[in-house]
Amino acid sequence: MTWGETIRTALEAILSRRMRSSLTMLGILIGIAAVMLTVGLGQGAQAQVRAQINQLGSNLLIVSPGSSTSTSGIRGGRGSASTLTTRDATALASPVVAPDIARVAPVVTGSQSLTAGTTNWTTNVVGATPDWLPVRARSLTEGRFFTTADLGNAASVAVLGSTTATELFGGRDALGQTVSINGTTFTVIGILNTAGSSTTTDEDDQALVPQTTYSSRIASNGNATGVSTLYIEATSTDTLSAAYQEANNALLSTHGLTAATSDFTISSQQSLLTTATSTDRTLTVLLAGIAAISLLVGGIGVMNIMLVSVTERIREIGLRKALGATPRAVRRQFLVEASTLGLCGGLLGIVLGLVGAQVLPHFLNQPVTIPPVAGVGALGVALVIGIVAGVYPASRAARLAPIDALRSE
Amino acid sequence: MSVARVPGDGAAPILRLRDVGKVYANGSVEVEALRGVSLEVARGEYVAIMGPSGSGKSTLMHILGCLDVPTAGSYDLAGQDVSTMSEAALATVRNRQIGFVFQQFNLLASLPAWRNVELPLCYSGMGRAARKERAIRALERVGLGDRVDHRPGELSGGQQQRVAVARALVTDPALILADEPTGNLDSHSSADVLGLFAELHEQGRTIVLITHERDVAQSAQRIVRILDGQVDSAIPAAAGNVR
Repeated sequence: MTWGETIRTALEAILSRRMRSSLTMLGILIGIAAVMLTVGLGQGAQAQVRAQINQLGSNLLIVSPGSSTSTSGIRGGRGSASTLTTRDATALASPVVAPDIARVAPVVTGSQSLTAGTTNWTTNVVGATPDWLPVRARSLTEGRFFTTADLGNAASVAVLGSTTATELFGGRDALGQTVSINGTTFTVIGILNTAGSSTTTDEDDQALVPQTTYSSRIASNGNATGVSTLYIEATSTDTLSAAYQEANNALLSTHGLTAATSDFTISSQQSLLTTATSTDRTLTVLLAGIAAISLLVGGIGVMNIMLVSVTERIREIGLRKALGATPRAVRRQFLVEASTLGLCGGLLGIVLGLVGAQVLPHFLNQPVTIPPVAGVGALGVALVIGIVAGVYPASRAARLAPIDALRSE
Repeated sequence: MSVARVPGDGAAPILRLRDVGKVYANGSVEVEALRGVSLEVARGEYVAIMGPSGSGKSTLMHILGCLDVPTAGSYDLAGQDVSTMSEAALATVRNRQIGFVFQQFNLLASLPAWRNVELPLCYSGMGRAARKERAIRALERVGLGDRVDHRPGELSGGQQQRVAVARALVTDPALILADEPTGNLDSHSSADVLGLFAELHEQGRTIVLITHERDVAQSAQRIVRILDGQVDSAIPAAAGNVR
């Protein structure tokens, strides 16, 4: 019997028992759809976290003052002042000291009240250098970022986040307007592109000024070189750990410290990403596990129906054998029938999964990303389940002695 | 059409059984269904195997039809020793050499007549168009050319058995093996089906018919009586029945 003939016979057998076949497929359908949706939810959540973290800047290392060790908790910097300075930034930016570091952006931040006309808005004011823009992977919607010259002159210029600009100037164009911070008038020279909010801060609600201007006009302690954070951009993702080592060694030596007395902490985007995604992943694995069990139950349903089918069609099997069906042909017929049930259930499950992926985000407020490979994988899994579920019933059918099968009533 | 041959005219036998025995092991009890049956059927012969129930004629039919293998002795069918063949090889022999006609007709209710008839050809790997053509030709031969698309449920018992005969003919087998073919038919349909066998015999077919009814056996050329698992006597049927 040719494959085409076998498939036709299987389809006829399935179609002749429509109700039963559709209920059998339903088990596989639900299982496949459930697996696809849980995987899609997990992928969506991971993509969301990854996007949030990537918008902070790629290949990024963050140096913050203070050090945490496993035994003694958090060790603060000396005195109340931050231990990090612009000199550290200069040292790290040197290609000799740290060849794997592309750029360093020191920032000093503080919460300040901004005034534009009669409008007040309290937000995070960041003293930064021109490298801040590329290091944090940000761009401007209009205007320009401050330059090295602005930094040298301690120019009174400011770049606003989109939220800050809207809050201060409403619908009006903020570019070229003035804003007063701590008694100093700043000219708005640029507006940042939106970046969305990360878990900790609203990246769209901040005002950037040159670091020198911040130190001389805004900072209360008048510390000209102190900074609160150093953002380091490695030359590439691959050199991130090398950059980490270089930054660590350089800072220890400029601070005259050893690893044990370290007064700073370097964290990477990767560690943030790992922490953020590991929780999601655990949940996804759990949900996918439950979904996989429902798929397994669907598979058992297929096996059950195939066994019933073999018992029911025992005379047909006997007749087919008498007419010349080899045990192999009989086995193949039932295997094809079982895998067709699996495959059709799988196809319908994928359709349901894709529909669910469109509908579900409206109810859950969670993105559902189904990678194309998941569809192909689900189809493969459904087929394998059908085949595995069919093996036992099919071999039972193949083993039936033709006389016993013909004789049975 | 070739002329029907009587045994002993020199034709090579199409089937030859030598001391065939069959023992069923039913748990610890052994049942000896056949005890040394020797039998030859020549090409073109029409033989009835007759015996009461429990005589072993069903077992003999299963062995003749390659549905079962003997536990002793040898069985040559169309020149091949089939007594030691594997199950798969036996399936092929059944497909090529034997056309079955059963008491219960054994037609698949969901398929139209011609699909039932083409079924053996599906297992011999014949192309679709050729299968349909041969199936329809076989149905025409049994007088059902106008019923090819009818399902078994839409046909009378006699017509259903004719479809089964067409299915037995379609592979052009060496042997047509009919197991109580009239057992489920009224007398009119029985006569009809036996008439069909007589026609086929006239056209040179080899037919072995298993029955417990003397009247049915009378339609054959030769009657082999089976009793207690042995050939009781092989006698020619009434002279009037030899065509």
